[in-house]
Amino acid sequence: MSDRPSLHVEPGKVVLSGAWTLAEMLPRLAELQAGLAAATDGNRQWDLSALTRLDSAAAVLLWRAWQATWPVSLEIGDMHRRIVERVAELPQEMPPPPVARVHLPEFIGRYLLKAAANLRGMIALFGQLILDTFFLLRHPRDIPWREFTANVYKAGALALPVTALVGFLIGVTISYLSALQLKSFGADLFIVNILGISIIRELGPVLVAVLVAGRSGSAMTAQIGVMRVTEEIDALSTMGISRSIRVVLPKIVGLTVAMPLLVLWTSAVAMFGGMLAALLQLDLSLVYFLENLPRVVPVSNLYIGLGKGFVFGFVIALVACYFGLHVKPNTESLSANTTSAVVTAITTVILVDAIFAVFTRQVGVPHL
Amino acid sequence: MSRQTVIELDGVCTRFGGNTVHRDLDLCVKEGQIVGLLGGSGSGKTTLLREILGLHRPDAGVVRLFGVDLNDPDIRVQRDIRRRLGMLFQHGALFSALSVYDNIAFPLRELRCLDEDWIRRLVHLKLAMVGLGVAHGKLMPAELSGGMVKRVALARALALEPELLLLDEPTAGLDPDRSQNFVELIGELQRELGLTVVMVTHDLNTLAGLASHVAILADHRIIAYGTRSEIMTIDHPFVTGFFGADRRKLL
Repeated sequence: MSDRPSLHVEPGKVVLSGAWTLAEMLPRLAELQAGLAAATDGNRQWDLSALTRLDSAAAVLLWRAWQATWPVSLEIGDMHRRIVERVAELPQEMPPPPVARVHLPEFIGRYLLKAAANLRGMIALFGQLILDTFFLLRHPRDIPWREFTANVYKAGALALPVTALVGFLIGVTISYLSALQLKSFGADLFIVNILGISIIRELGPVLVAVLVAGRSGSAMTAQIGVMRVTEEIDALSTMGISRSIRVVLPKIVGLTVAMPLLVLWTSAVAMFGGMLAALLQLDLSLVYFLENLPRVVPVSNLYIGLGKGFVFGFVIALVACYFGLHVKPNTESLSANTTSAVVTAITTVILVDAIFAVFTRQVGVPHL
Repeated sequence: MSRQTVIELDGVCTRFGGNTVHRDLDLCVKEGQIVGLLGGSGSGKTTLLREILGLHRPDAGVVRLFGVDLNDPDIRVQRDIRRRLGMLFQHGALFSALSVYDNIAFPLRELRCLDEDWIRRLVHLKLAMVGLGVAHGKLMPAELSGGMVKRVALARALALEPELLLLDEPTAGLDPDRSQNFVELIGELQRELGLTVVMVTHDLNTLAGLASHVAILADHRIIAYGTRSEIMTIDHPFVTGFFGADRRKLL
C-alpha cells in the first residue's frame, strides 16, 4: 500500500507523505511518534505537500510535535492547512478534567442528608397513599381492581415455587443441626419447640421478606423507573390518571396482601422440611410432631408471623415504589435506584423485625 | 480520477417473518457523495441502514464497505471496518451514564493507543467542530436539549475520523432554524473532511440543503438512484406523491 503514512528526514527538511489518518496511523503509532519526535529536533522546515490525507487526529499529533508553534517554513495544501489551523485555534492550555475530591465529613454529611431526604420522601408517599385511600373509599368505582389482582398474582402466586424451595431447605437444615445438638442432651422432643417458634415466628417472615425484596421489590423499582425513563408515567398523568392510584397503590396493597399468604405458605413448607429431617434423624413420627405443635407453640406466634409478613410486604413495596419514582432518565440512575431499593428494603425489614422482637417479647413464648 | 466505491449492496433480501422488506436490492455509493435515502414509512430505510452498519444481517445478498464483505469471519477485519464509519442515531444514543466529554472520548479511549492529552485535544476539537464549547463537556446527556444531543452525537460519530458517515433522521425533532444550522454544519464538515454521507430523512429541506444524490426505496428495492435533478424526472407514484407540488424545491 502506497498510502501508508511515512516520514523522511531529508537534509534541512522533514517530508511527510501518505495518508496521515487515525486508521492508517494506528498500526505503527509508536514508530511514527518516535520519528516525529526525532525529526523535530533542529528541523524547522516541513514539507507536507505530498500528503494524500490528513485528519484532525494526525493534525493534533503534528501540532504537539511542533510544540504548538508553526514551523519556520511549511509547505502544505490548502485543505490540510485549514485542518491544522483548527487545531492551532484551540486554547493551548487544556483545563484538565476536574477531579472531585471527597472529604470524609462532607461525604458522611451528604449521605445523612440523602437518607433524611429519602425518609421524608417515603413519609410523603405514605401520606399520599392515605389520601388516595380516602379518595377511593368515596369513589369505589375508581378502585383499580385489575392492577391490584395482577400484582397479587405477580408478587404472590408466581413467587410460590421459589419460596417453597428455599423454605424447605432451610427447614431441613435447621432441624438437622438442632437435632444433632439435642440428641447429645437427650432432649430430642424439644425439636418441636425449636422448629415451631423459630420458623413460624422469626425465620419464615424474614426469609420471605428477603426473597420478595430481591424478587418483587427490584422488579417494581425497575418497572416504575423505566416507565419514568420512557415518559409513560407522564403520559398517564396527561390522561388525567393518577400515577399513585393506578401504579403505586396497587403494587403496595398487592404486596401487603400477598406477603402474609406467602409467609404462611413458606412457614408451612419449612415446617414440613423440618418434620421430615426430624423423622429421619430422631425417629420422631409426623403424627407426634403435629399433635404437639399446637401445645408447645401458642397460636399467637402465628399471628405475630403473619403480622410481620403484612408489615414487611408494605415496607418492601413502599421502598421499591419510592426509589422507582426517583429514577432519573438515565441508565446509571436506574441501576443505582434498583440497588438502593433492594438494600434499603432488606435493611428496613431487619430493623422492623428487631422492633417487633422488642415489643412482642412477652407474647407467645411458653413458660415451662 | 475514478472514485472509490464505499458502499456496495448486491442482491440484498430481507424478510421479517412472512413480511418481505427488501427484494434484490442493489445500491452503490461512491466516495464523497452525499446520498439521501428516501422512502415511505415502513419501507425499510432504517433496516437498510442497519444492514450497512452490520447490525442486521440480510437473508441473502452481500453488503460490502470499502470493498470488504461485512460477513468477513475475521473479527479484526470487522472491527477495522467499523472504525472507518460513524453513525448518528435518530435519538443520539448517547451513553447516559457518561458526560458529554466522556461520550466523545469513549471511542478514542477504546483504541488504547492514544494518551489522555491527545484525547483531550481531540475531544475539544470535535466539540468546537459541532459548535459546542469546553464547558458543555461537563454536562450529562439528560441535561441537553434535543439539538445539543444531536450535535454531541455527531461529534461522537466523528471522533474516530470516519470516512463514511451514516445519519438516521439527522434533523427530526429540530425546529426549522436549528435544522437548517445542523444541515449547514454537516455540509461544512463533509466538505472539509471529505466524508461520504448516507442519510435517511423525511425532510425536504434537509435533502435539498445537503444531498448530492438521492436514492429512492420503494417496492422493496431502490427504484431510482441519481443526482437530484435526475430523480425529479422519474415518474413513479411514490416520487410524485412524496414531492408533490414541492418538486421544484429540491432543485
